Amino acid sequence: MEKLNIMIVGVGGQGTLLASRVLGNVAMKIDKDVKVSEVHGMAQRGGSVVTYVKMGEKVYSPIIDKGEADIIISFEELEALRWIDYLKSDGTLILNEQKIDPMPVIIGKAKYPGGIVEKIKNNYKNVVTIDALNIAKQCGNIKAVNTVLLGLLAKSTSIDKEIWIESLKENVPPKAINVNLKAFNEGYSN
Amino acid sequence: MSLTEFKILNTIMGDVLMKKLMLGNEAVARGAFEAGVTVAAAYPGTPSTEITENIAKYDEIFSEWSPNEKVALEVAVGASIAGARSICAMKHVGLNVAADPLFTASYTGVNGGLVIMVADDQGMHSSQNEQDSRCYARGAKIPMLEPSDSQECKDFVKEAFSISEKYDTPVIVRISTRISHSQSVVEMSERIEYNLKDYVKNPAKYVMMPAMARKRHVEVEKRMAELKKFSNTDQFNKIEWGNKEIGVITSGIAYQYAREVFGDASYLKLGMVHPLPDKLIKEFASQVKTLYIIEELEPYIEDYAKTLGIKAIGKEKLPVVGEYSANLIKERLFDKKVESKPVTDEEIPIRPPVMCPGCPHRGMYYVLKKLKLTVTGDIGCYTLGALPPTQSMDTCVCMGASIGTAHGMEKARGEDFRKKTVAILGDSTFIHSGITGLIDVVYNKGNSTVIILDNSITGMTGHQHNPTTGFTIKGEPAKQVDLEKLCNAVGIDRVRIADPFDLKEFEKVVKEETQADEPSVIISQRPCALLKSVKYEGPLKINPDKCKNCKMCLSVGCPAIVDKGDHVEVNEALCVGCTLCTKVCNFDAFEKVGE
Repeated sequence: MEKLNIMIVGVGGQGTLLASRVLGNVAMKIDKDVKVSEVHGMAQRGGSVVTYVKMGEKVYSPIIDKGEADIIISFEELEALRWIDYLKSDGTLILNEQKIDPMPVIIGKAKYPGGIVEKIKNNYKNVVTIDALNIAKQCGNIKAVNTVLLGLLAKSTSIDKEIWIESLKENVPPKAINVNLKAFNEGYSN
Repeated sequence: MSLTEFKILNTIMGDVLMKKLMLGNEAVARGAFEAGVTVAAAYPGTPSTEITENIAKYDEIFSEWSPNEKVALEVAVGASIAGARSICAMKHVGLNVAADPLFTASYTGVNGGLVIMVADDQGMHSSQNEQDSRCYARGAKIPMLEPSDSQECKDFVKEAFSISEKYDTPVIVRISTRISHSQSVVEMSERIEYNLKDYVKNPAKYVMMPAMARKRHVEVEKRMAELKKFSNTDQFNKIEWGNKEIGVITSGIAYQYAREVFGDASYLKLGMVHPLPDKLIKEFASQVKTLYIIEELEPYIEDYAKTLGIKAIGKEKLPVVGEYSANLIKERLFDKKVESKPVTDEEIPIRPPVMCPGCPHRGMYYVLKKLKLTVTGDIGCYTLGALPPTQSMDTCVCMGASIGTAHGMEKARGEDFRKKTVAILGDSTFIHSGITGLIDVVYNKGNSTVIILDNSITGMTGHQHNPTTGFTIKGEPAKQVDLEKLCNAVGIDRVRIADPFDLKEFEKVVKEETQADEPSVIISQRPCALLKSVKYEGPLKINPDKCKNCKMCLSVGCPAIVDKGDHVEVNEALCVGCTLCTKVCNFDAFEKVGE
């Protein structure tokens, strides 16, 4: 693995920050240089959020530009559509099949686009979809969506599973670890 | 972690513990810790907040949330004069608030080292403007360092204390959103045991009145001349020689973008941006064929280079607006556009930030919108009330501005207009600089109605304590400002407390207070729904047999209630069960999920 650019996109409040921190930690464990760029503050309040994770021998800019992402993990369908330009043509999209209506849709000023998955699949061949919300529910905590997706991501990289689990344990509060491990494994074996 | 714990762990784990992935902000905190800082003060503000949150984790450092940035800097100045190493932190607009002590602390200089952290917000991810703090360094004649990743954040902050003491000056360290909120690898070292410097009375240095200040100004100029010599050394300003066909002068986060654009070119990386190194810049410029200056916001370095007679490509092609990326630089300089085949022709709906489900502000906005009031606003989560669906805020300028603005409107347009106007601001914002506006209203015979949104926390910046919450930054119990008594004390006789989720009562109170012929304050009291202590009973759903699709519930503007055209739905994953919607539903159609 020379360079790996991963974007995590979703809606503020979905737990994208935890996912990026686990990822950053994984990069450290495999001795890569890494930068993780997060969004805090106003944009977090239910807005569109994006986190960049870049790893390699030497990372300069913390930002991933259009057409540079090897993997995009999208926590929400519309957000996948918004950021898909950032994926390399042979990159992988990991898509949680969850829809959260943005305010313009809620108040009837815009329409939530239909057939998002099909549209993306027309241009990109590596698209993996998962109902992480449902899996998280079954694992016992609706908030474990992020860990389900991390499990799925872990499987699509060449990084050892144990490293992911170690990193997860270091970033999740002790009382939530069992639910999260379960969620991670569900995602991994999906 | 205490120093002892750190040492023990360090011995056990060897080099492993010495490296950690850190946000720039966390690395700043680490730098302050390692430098032996014992006093830290700040007011929260994105993107600077986590600096002081992380400092507060060190038991060796007294840290505080001050009421505002001016006080924070004054506390740090006091600690420095008393002989300690001290630090204060703020966002770029916070430096405006602290500008008064800043310009004079430049004259007094320091005793223990004093570092001022300022975090700019290029691109305005969470700010009301994108001013360039480098202009303050020049204006206040204070040296400024600019790190470009987390490791440099830690190293530069640590070094800044030595510079501060050596040159008898405060030092500003400027970072920005992409530095503050990017994590990169940091190598840690141990804390320096710093002994308090002696405190000796020295009015000629620390009492700034004309006779003394005139002498100090001369000292400031001498110091800056010395610092210019220092800037020309290679401690912070480094030439990285590569291909000499292209030379790039850059600093901070822009350096990282430049490295991706220009590859093996030559770089003059400026870690000290005030004073700028004239000799180094000339030497570098003379040895490269084409010179680029890459900096976000103002042409600060470029203008200086021009005064040295140096020609460079910079702002003639690159914007002074917004933040850069490697792609943006490539596009503007070399016309290289990244082409991608769009997935869809339809417009992708925007997703602006919204007030959270369960947000107490939503009840208040429902009432203000219904009463069609003019609303002078302020800085906080409630600023989101300016956006659809509430769209109820008329103005927002800066922290604390709502009250003065309402007062000015009243004086300009008279009583009838005033009776249809309210000022709204949060509890923390009120303490920050709203209280002075309220005193002005009382003193200058205004009749404004002010609504203080008391949600028991500083919300937007991510839940910090403030003087009204009853806890310190370290979570220790503290005296709590009694907002009601405070308002009474400045001369407000009409202070009402109302629950914004009791819509009928809240509306009645707002009507009565706006009609009153004297100034009044309404304390809108309900805690932030994200606080752990707030427990609502879980999501609601709509019973389709009862719902008449009248869409009244949409009027509260909750992101969890969705208009599906022929029916309305609750998004159960978002709903917290605050039940505000049930208060506007005439058909009792909302039910708890599972019942």
